Amino acid sequence: MNFRAIWTIYHAEMARTGRTLLQSVLAPVISTSLYFIVFGAAIGSRIDQIDGVGYGAFIVPGLVMMMILMQSVSNAAIGIYFPKFTGTVYEILSAPISAFEIVIGYVGAAATKSLILGALVLGTAAFFVPLEIQHPLAMLAFLVLTSLTFSLFGFIVGIWADNFEQLNIVPMLIVTPLTFLGGSFYSISVLPPFWQTVTLFNPVVYLISGFRWSFYGVSDVDVGISLLAILGFFLLCLGIVWWMFRTGYRMKT
Amino acid sequence: MSSIISIQGLSKTYEGGFTALRSVDLDIQQGEIFALLGPNGAGKTTLIGIVCGLVVPTGGSVTVAGHDIQTEFRRTRSRIGLVPQEITIDMFTRVIDAVRYSRGLFGKAPDEAYLEQVLRDLSLWDKRNEQMRALSGGMKRRVMIAKALAHDPDILFLDEPTAGVDVELRQSMWQVIGKLRERGVTIILTTHYIEEAEQMADRVGVINQGEIVVVEETGALMNKMGQKHLTLQLAEPLDAIPQALRVDGLALSEDGTALTFDYDTQADRTGITTLLASLNDAGVSVRDLETKQSSLEEIFVGLVGGQA
Repeated sequence: MNFRAIWTIYHAEMARTGRTLLQSVLAPVISTSLYFIVFGAAIGSRIDQIDGVGYGAFIVPGLVMMMILMQSVSNAAIGIYFPKFTGTVYEILSAPISAFEIVIGYVGAAATKSLILGALVLGTAAFFVPLEIQHPLAMLAFLVLTSLTFSLFGFIVGIWADNFEQLNIVPMLIVTPLTFLGGSFYSISVLPPFWQTVTLFNPVVYLISGFRWSFYGVSDVDVGISLLAILGFFLLCLGIVWWMFRTGYRMKT
Repeated sequence: MSSIISIQGLSKTYEGGFTALRSVDLDIQQGEIFALLGPNGAGKTTLIGIVCGLVVPTGGSVTVAGHDIQTEFRRTRSRIGLVPQEITIDMFTRVIDAVRYSRGLFGKAPDEAYLEQVLRDLSLWDKRNEQMRALSGGMKRRVMIAKALAHDPDILFLDEPTAGVDVELRQSMWQVIGKLRERGVTIILTTHYIEEAEQMADRVGVINQGEIVVVEETGALMNKMGQKHLTLQLAEPLDAIPQALRVDGLALSEDGTALTFDYDTQADRTGITTLLASLNDAGVSVRDLETKQSSLEEIFVGLVGGQA
């Protein structure tokens, strides 16, 4: 293992965030805080409890998960797309590093960033709503697995994208709708039976449900199924990345 | 000298069907400067890309110091530095961070003293804390070289290192390359400035349409393939070449004041003695004479059929 190379990529990616602190950290924390103010404090005070949890507190796991998903995908996608766009990827491809080590560097950095942001959002939420975490270890497991999985997914998007439009299209047109329709702001039990069934095809439902369970002990789907779903998606992303490097897809000619 | 890079039957056909390399065989000797010349699209960059791991070959094999570039890529790549044709750097990074990054990617422990020496050699030390975007084009190209040298490679690929660089900077770059050669670094370069290859390279390889046309020591190539031109300035202009003087390679200038004679330096008989005797017999007086050897550029153009 070329640990020094992994650290070099990881460190460079984290330093890039440091250079763009306002855009990378402050902007997402402020925008998510607005959700707490609008949906939690303002509108939430007029909404009944859901599954015995106040609405303001109920949406916290969904908002944290939304932040983790969006930031993991966009950070990892930009991380690998930027060297492709500028041409500096030649240096990584000509260095004595395996595909696995490259992935650890980029995906590790993207996951770390999204975990830091998730923690910041969680900390901010505590100012607005009362929080309880019944299963902290499970919460941590969901956070780490989700950030790693979606960073892998973002990495795939970054390799696949040929231009900035494609780079943004997946987070904007796929991840955001799936997150909003995945139970971030509601329990899927409030939907008509047909739409409840349709919703179960949305992988984000399992993430938010499992994550919410770790807070309040209530979930839309069984927590075991949630864990299996996220593990399955993780392995699928890992397989796609392995194939991309094996074939040199959009990286080598 | 022993061979440090051995290329056997190397082929590359791109997805669109374009064949960039056709069963190329080539050996690079340790410690030499090897100039790879060829017209645009001849396969130079593809060849370099394969050795460095950027391009996947469709056939053949490449070994670096006896190690296969695909199965033992860590061993081979750690010895190679690459300066690509395009200036490709993160414009928001500082010079010192860029070279540290390059060294780290190759798994080398930090060595600030070595990096300082590299930057000083390339006159970049004063710019170490500048962001790339603040540097001139020539400086950026030097940074590309510094990045390639950051892990102290013993093989350096330079793909068009002096393209678009002013004369002063070009000369200083060649000084740096000369120092690297003194340190025993093997240098493989492509260039469009053929006179540079003529001056710097130990050996020259010419590639055309994906095939190696010739590989030869620079001096031997010029002797073997070069012709010499003898120009005789006549005391009195001629209307035509006298019948007694008509031999292959002899021509009269348009104004009739000079005779030119092309001859092969490697031939058993150059024909010069006979020509001068014949001129004397024909009563043609010569006022002055000069000889000129064909340049590597002329040989190159002859080899690639005017495609350069």
